[in-house]
Amino acid sequence: MTLSEDQPTRNLDISENATRHSQLRQGEVLQERYEIQEIVGIGGMGSVYRARDKNFKAIRLVAIKEMISQVTDPLVRKNIFQIFEREANILATLRHPSIPRIYDYFTIGERAYLVLEFIHGKNLEQLLAETSGFFPEEQVLAWAVELCDVLDYLHSHKPEPIIFRDIKPSNIMNTLQNHIALVDFGIAKVFESKQKNTMVGTQGYSPPDQYRGEATPKVDIYALGATLHHLLTLRDPQLEAPFSFGERMIGEINPNVSREFAAVVERALEYKPEDRYDSAMEMKDALINVARKTGTLLNLSIPTTVSSGAPSRGVGVKPLWTFEAEDELRSSPTYHDGTLYIGCYDNNLYAVDAANGDFKWKYATDGGIASKPAIYESNLYFGSEDKRLHVISTRSGKVVWTHYTNGPVRSSPRIAEGHVFIGSDDGSLHAVSLSSGRLAWRSEVGSPVRSTPWVGNEHIYFGSEAGDFTATDFRGDARWRFKAKRAITSSPVLQDGVVYFNSMDGTLYALDANTGWAVWRFRLGKGSICTPAIAGNMLYTGAADHIIYAIDTRSAKEMWRYTTEHQVNGSPIVHRDAVYCGSVDGSLYCLDAASGRMRWRYQTDAPITGTPVAHDDMIFIGSTDKKLYAFLA
Amino acid sequence: MANFLKKLFRKKKPATASLPSNAATAPLSEAQLWDLGNGERPGKYIHLIAGSALDQGQRRENNEDSLLCFNGTLGAGDLATPFGMYIVADGMGGHRSGEIASETAVRALGQYLIQHLYKPLFGPDPQPADESLREIMEAAVNEAHRAVKRSAPGGGCTLTAALVVGTQLVIAHLGDSRAYMVHRDGRMEQLTKDHTLVKRLQEMGQLSEEEAADHPQKSVLYRALGQGDIVQADFFTGSLSPNSFLLLCSDGLWGFVEEDDIQTIINATTSPYLACLHLVEAANAAGGADNIAVILARLVH
Repeated sequence: MTLSEDQPTRNLDISENATRHSQLRQGEVLQERYEIQEIVGIGGMGSVYRARDKNFKAIRLVAIKEMISQVTDPLVRKNIFQIFEREANILATLRHPSIPRIYDYFTIGERAYLVLEFIHGKNLEQLLAETSGFFPEEQVLAWAVELCDVLDYLHSHKPEPIIFRDIKPSNIMNTLQNHIALVDFGIAKVFESKQKNTMVGTQGYSPPDQYRGEATPKVDIYALGATLHHLLTLRDPQLEAPFSFGERMIGEINPNVSREFAAVVERALEYKPEDRYDSAMEMKDALINVARKTGTLLNLSIPTTVSSGAPSRGVGVKPLWTFEAEDELRSSPTYHDGTLYIGCYDNNLYAVDAANGDFKWKYATDGGIASKPAIYESNLYFGSEDKRLHVISTRSGKVVWTHYTNGPVRSSPRIAEGHVFIGSDDGSLHAVSLSSGRLAWRSEVGSPVRSTPWVGNEHIYFGSEAGDFTATDFRGDARWRFKAKRAITSSPVLQDGVVYFNSMDGTLYALDANTGWAVWRFRLGKGSICTPAIAGNMLYTGAADHIIYAIDTRSAKEMWRYTTEHQVNGSPIVHRDAVYCGSVDGSLYCLDAASGRMRWRYQTDAPITGTPVAHDDMIFIGSTDKKLYAFLA
Repeated sequence: MANFLKKLFRKKKPATASLPSNAATAPLSEAQLWDLGNGERPGKYIHLIAGSALDQGQRRENNEDSLLCFNGTLGAGDLATPFGMYIVADGMGGHRSGEIASETAVRALGQYLIQHLYKPLFGPDPQPADESLREIMEAAVNEAHRAVKRSAPGGGCTLTAALVVGTQLVIAHLGDSRAYMVHRDGRMEQLTKDHTLVKRLQEMGQLSEEEAADHPQKSVLYRALGQGDIVQADFFTGSLSPNSFLLLCSDGLWGFVEEDDIQTIINATTSPYLACLHLVEAANAAGGADNIAVILARLVH
């Protein structure tokens, strides 16, 4: 057996070498739990598979790394497995966004398996192979900062620092979210045969000191410098004389790179360890300064404007499945226990299998359904144009009870404190007892309530079409009112004592939840019916001016904006580090939450007016082209 | 102003039966405050308590720091609306213009805020203001800027102003006075960014932290009230959580007392007033090389 220099997750044609050991087949199940879906990589020690974790009803994908011991001596093999187990245990304690989580490990015969978080994306070596020109400096800079961050995390590990020892493009994944992840921790090394006396580390990327057997943070810093040099110059150090970076000055090969950035990389590549940065943190600070000085890193608290002009990676995003209803899907799906529920303008509420889009059942009302269903204790609550609030069993799809209002119900229900709260075009908010299905009280506001109420802070908050924003107590008595200049169809969101909503008057309001005092207002280009989404200090919302906005709630400043090609009437959601939002231009957009850069968009055949829902790795959204779509997040 | 105070306290209702007996009225005694600070009480009735201290320090011949510490709580029914207005300004410029600038700034800003918030908050028929708190604060800063230019031409001052309405907090900031949130768990969060050249150079990577600390021009500001035609303040909105202290101070405090010590002193007592005195003592013990202005505010249930 010859050892491959490549790390196992690299995508290669299946080589004879690796197929010598039989690979697991699609559909095979390990540990009665992990169902193999496909081989995603071949390496010297075994294969890497994508598998589905059957313990979860929802689709949870995992990567399973297989390491096959070449050793025949049972004692030596036992020793190897012990080392594997020890290392797996250390790695299992690591928590960093750029390190795949380890979920499980086990051994079967001469094979050891590691179950890891599945990272969607490509490694930097693949990107290097595909690129037709230089990478933009800001892209490499963003990767560099993240790499320094994860190295700093590893180097600060207690009691012993973890030295990665093998930083190189093929060990760095670029996720679909355009972040980096370090893969292939040294764990595979114990399976390498000793016969070749393998030096840990890869020729071309490793510093001289590593060749003396030293493993210090400076080793990783050098290798990171070498990787960045490769990314910036596209000159593979493995094809050049060792330690010859000084002969290939970055600025001479790629004049687009700022002198400041080149200087940081070159310092990391100093021949003597003492001349390099002392720590990854120090190097990260230097990189951030470069970003500030050159203005390259757009997401470092500098407001940016991103236009929809140039589509980037991920243009080829395909839905995992689609489900076609009989009429337009204007509303938003709800996920519960492996099933999606979505109302349709054909009067039906559909239940669809979230794993594959298979039809489960439908329930007919006497009017179109424009709202998002709510779930509570296996019952489904939703309003319809037929003036009723419907409550049906998720198990059977049969009606439990209904509640009549005096107008079409376009508000979505909110369930809290033993009641369902829902607005109606009859001009009031209804509070209906969950146990009896009886109306507890109505709060009349004199104009249709299409906004979905928010319940929290001992109040119920909702807007009305006449532009009134009302906070009532649990008896339905108004505690305070706020008047906007036009309709408030947008649904409020409460966070940290502030309630946020939009109005058709083109303003995003932030009101004190206790008093209704405006803390700040933000001018949108046009009116908005979107419900804001909040993550940390960032608020995301859309408006009829075609724009998706990101606003810092602490400074009330716009951090970025993304312009779509038509009105944004559906609401954004934030899932992990991305914002997902549909537009009347028919596209679902996936934007980087920090910078607003588009990661991908998917064009459906008609306007999107609903809000997506996320569950685990998946994003679901309905379109007025009648289809419900499922995407990988 | 006196009229305002009269109205404020006259309107306060007696405590209802459900309230703890020692939470009935403000101002409270030190013992009551101590008691309040040590117990978590559920309920919506909240007080805003604050203390302040202003000291010339050991070496300066005048005091160019000014502060305004204004506190109120309007209780109605089971709801309380605390109101607080805290301003620290540190003046600069020769011929007393530094003193004039900082005093003018706190007076002009305070006056504007009270004029615009008095009616909606404490008037007989309260209606929330037409403008948001942030917009009122922005207008107040502009007003103060014009006032300083009039009364102290060529002079100027830093300005760190906090407005508390209910649990909402709005901060306007210019210069190198600071606002911090000091949490009970010992975390100390700086809410403002110093507008000093040295800090800027440091952010740009041109100066190290050590170099910056001893830099001869470390208090040269690139933004200040009363300087330039238009004023560009930083704004911050957030909420004041009941377990945290809001600290406003001039560089006479933060420049000479380590953050760790500031935090320890503040968390050693539940009385903002005593804590302010101790902070001034600490700054003087460290040499008292500059004027010291400190305000501490806290919401208590």
